[in-house]
Amino acid sequence: MSALPSFDEVLASYDPAMGLEVHVELNTNSKMFCGCPTAFGAEPNTQVCPTCLGLPGAMPVVNAKGVEAAIRIGLALNCEIAEWCRFARKNYFYPDMPKNFQTSQYDEPIAFEGYLDVDVDGDTFRVEIERAHMEEDTGKATHVGGATGRIQGADYSLIDYNRAGIPLIEIVTKPILGAGERAPEVAKAYVAALRELIVALGVSDARMDQGSIRADVNLSLAPKAPAGSTAGEVVLGTRSETKNVNSLRSVERAVRYEMQRHASVLDAGGKVLQETRHWHEDTGVTTSGREKSDAEDYRYFPEPDLVPVAPSREWVEELRGTLPELPWVRRARLQAEWGFSDLEMRDTVGAGAFDLVEQTIAEGSAPQAARKWWLTELARRANETGVDVAELGVSPAQVAAVQRLVEGGTINDKLARQVFDGLLAGEGTPEEIVAARGLEIVSDDGALSAAVDKAIAENPDIADKIRDGKVAAAGALIGAVMKEMRGQADAGRVRELVLEKLA
Amino acid sequence: MSTQSAWLTKSAAELAAALAAGEVTSVELTQAHLDRIAAVDGNAEAGVHAFLHVDTEGALAEAAASDARRAAGEPLSELDGVPVAVKDVLTTTGLPTTCGSKILEGWVPPYDATVVRKLKAAGLPILGKTNMDEFAMGSSTEHSAYGPTRNPWALDRIPGGSGGGSAAAVAAYEAPLALGTDTGGSIRQPGAVTGTVGVKPTYGALSRYGLVAMANSLDQVGPVTRTVLDAALLHELVGGHDPLDSTSIDAPVPALAAAAREGALGDLSGLKVGVIQELAGEGYQPGVLARFNEAVELLVGAGAEVVEVSCPSFVHALATYYLVMPCEASSNLAKFDAMRYGLRVLPEGVDAPSAEEVMRASRDAGFGDEVKRRIILGTYALSSGYYDAYYGQAQKVRTLISRDFEAAFASVDVLVSPTAPTTAFKLGEKLDDPLAMYLNDLATIPANLAGVPGMSLPAGLADEDGLPVGFQILAPATEDARLYRVGGALEALLEKKWGGPLLAQNPTLASLESAATEGAAR
Repeated sequence: MSALPSFDEVLASYDPAMGLEVHVELNTNSKMFCGCPTAFGAEPNTQVCPTCLGLPGAMPVVNAKGVEAAIRIGLALNCEIAEWCRFARKNYFYPDMPKNFQTSQYDEPIAFEGYLDVDVDGDTFRVEIERAHMEEDTGKATHVGGATGRIQGADYSLIDYNRAGIPLIEIVTKPILGAGERAPEVAKAYVAALRELIVALGVSDARMDQGSIRADVNLSLAPKAPAGSTAGEVVLGTRSETKNVNSLRSVERAVRYEMQRHASVLDAGGKVLQETRHWHEDTGVTTSGREKSDAEDYRYFPEPDLVPVAPSREWVEELRGTLPELPWVRRARLQAEWGFSDLEMRDTVGAGAFDLVEQTIAEGSAPQAARKWWLTELARRANETGVDVAELGVSPAQVAAVQRLVEGGTINDKLARQVFDGLLAGEGTPEEIVAARGLEIVSDDGALSAAVDKAIAENPDIADKIRDGKVAAAGALIGAVMKEMRGQADAGRVRELVLEKLA
Repeated sequence: MSTQSAWLTKSAAELAAALAAGEVTSVELTQAHLDRIAAVDGNAEAGVHAFLHVDTEGALAEAAASDARRAAGEPLSELDGVPVAVKDVLTTTGLPTTCGSKILEGWVPPYDATVVRKLKAAGLPILGKTNMDEFAMGSSTEHSAYGPTRNPWALDRIPGGSGGGSAAAVAAYEAPLALGTDTGGSIRQPGAVTGTVGVKPTYGALSRYGLVAMANSLDQVGPVTRTVLDAALLHELVGGHDPLDSTSIDAPVPALAAAAREGALGDLSGLKVGVIQELAGEGYQPGVLARFNEAVELLVGAGAEVVEVSCPSFVHALATYYLVMPCEASSNLAKFDAMRYGLRVLPEGVDAPSAEEVMRASRDAGFGDEVKRRIILGTYALSSGYYDAYYGQAQKVRTLISRDFEAAFASVDVLVSPTAPTTAFKLGEKLDDPLAMYLNDLATIPANLAGVPGMSLPAGLADEDGLPVGFQILAPATEDARLYRVGGALEALLEKKWGGPLLAQNPTLASLESAATEGAAR
């Protein structure tokens, strides 16, 4: 393919429309329609039964916990919750589908007509939600041999049905229009916000790398509306559906790439094919999957083996009461409480230290001190050892204890670093480490006075300058004293002594 | 019958009483039935051919276990030790379950259908699995991939279908009891043409878990027996809610045997009976109508008030059924793809066939014509653009049929009709005319579409051919007990008139053994 037009060139001629379909794998103990366990990583085909294997005669039974999670997700997305809805069969043949139909929902989703407000660089962008529905996952096929890792050309395929029947919630947006140049960021911000919401709800492991959240990106371009024209009938272009985009960064990149690819096709006078495309993380491009035009007749009909789901209004309201504070609402509230600037807040969240900081403050630390320790000293150490700061092995309670020692004058910031060394080495509590390592600050005038005298004697030139009134030079003498005292001197008291002695 | 055990002609209730009285053991009873099967069942070419698999060892082991429990004074079920046959559409661990199809040849399920589990838990030795139209699609058992079952009344005639095997087994005294399944009449129509009793319970009265579905919203398991009381006993035993089938009714099983016994006293005063106009006129064989009308007169004689009722939507039942059923079936049968179990055929002349090519070749080789016909019908009717006109419309008519039932049951307690328009036709007679075959189920289909219970019991023999005629009773949903009360009464009155069970009049019974033997010798 010839070189793609630049992103700016795309925007000059086209308006993007996006649609995002996100599959969330629930963390229920058992599968959606049978009692099989759902633990990730078990030996292949050990978590199966007649129902999830699709054996003749077996029947599904709805997992009430799956319905509960679906309703809670729907409520958190400001959706209506259906008073009565059914499952439907989505019929198509594929070897990893035990029954050759997927039990899903069609025109009667459990949740519909909602929205999610996402933050894009400080601006709020409302993404409207078309529906959230319940369905089951398929088995997992591994294609062995061949060049592509896809079923075409493979020597043979292995199928693990452990995943078959794991509950999924599919969340579908309405067409996202008007995002313009921010389309890639909006897509990423939406998936990120959705993921955060799912984490706060506690209904999924929400691990994109393990596929417990999977995003499909639908994208189309329409010729740019002339400036100043009123929004009339929206005519969407032909869309492509990029499957299984499995990181936030990839969502952004895939949107950007597809916008450029579509523009390149349209610029050349071509027609965009309605097709499924595969995202390649390594090269940052999509490639054609199957064309969907003739294959998309799924012959949906209501699943006759299941009774309709009819959540009572009382239950729905009860579940509404279990919704956690929305992550961004909570963040705004705490930011105000803590007095963080927007930048400080963004850095804290970006470093993955938000919860740690919150807990440290809850343990009694001053907000800025908590932020400082987690974002500087501890973030650096985490970075050096290649782990998330949350997995470093230092607890918010310990950080709060260190900060207490600093504020009480027992140690200073520099000595605190040695306390963290001790914590990581498992030497005990911060107090024990200070005692064992002898880190306590010396503020006894006798010891300090001797050290100050020694420093004055060793630096006569500087001493003279101070005597001449150049008080700023005192820093050098203080530094010398601190060095002599291995950092454990009370710096304020040292300064006082220097100025007294050289007055 | 001379060389056969006298126990064979007893009802299950009588056998249970004899077991309880210590007059016979379960092993003796089971062995007697196994011997009978060996003597008359023959094979695909000759004999009754009611069974696809006979489990001699398993049945005798269960029988011995039942005898041991009885000897030890352990708690026993009402039918403990009485052998039973099971339609081959219900899964059984350790016994093949083929559904009469090549595509499942040799498949041994790793789990029991809930009704089978209940049979085992209640100590009923399972004699074997009975023949059926492939995936229960047919009204003659001629669509079995393993050869037809023959009607014990006339071996050149069909035993009905799809459950011809279960009905013929019971009619030929190969089993005192059997389980069948009824999607559009597959229990009742075979009951009618073999002179036996068959009940399709209220939808959801019995678990469907382990019933290999043809049409999930229509399928129901039910008893196949020689007496109304036996049907009630078996129905009670396997009925009830099942957590594995969320469409099963979460309520206690009604007192059905008590209703049958009460009915047998012969007093139906206060009962209002509706004769369905649309199901008792044109297209019905004269002998069928004659026996039906006589039976209605007997009900009047027992004190029932009989009125004619109209169910105008019933004329659309057949068309509705032939949309709903194939739609569901086309989806149900998709799972037979050669990937995990069953027949696998590699396409000829293809070097390294793809999964799709193997699926196609296997399904082409594994399914019979009638099954393919219904898969094609259903796939077409569900297709985008046709759904509303076909499946959607059919569901609306279904609602109308349910309303006809509701309106009728507002004024009568039960509805009655002939079970089937004709007596047993000849093997091969309608095999090439699917529409003529489908018409057999005209009177039985409405009950499936509405989920109401229905019973067929023998009403006598048609004058023109001397073959059994079935009498159908229908009741409102969950009022299965009414079937047993009315059926029990009618059975008692008819047997009084006949001087014994209708089956005793079967002129072919005496020659079944020689027919099977000659067939085997051929």
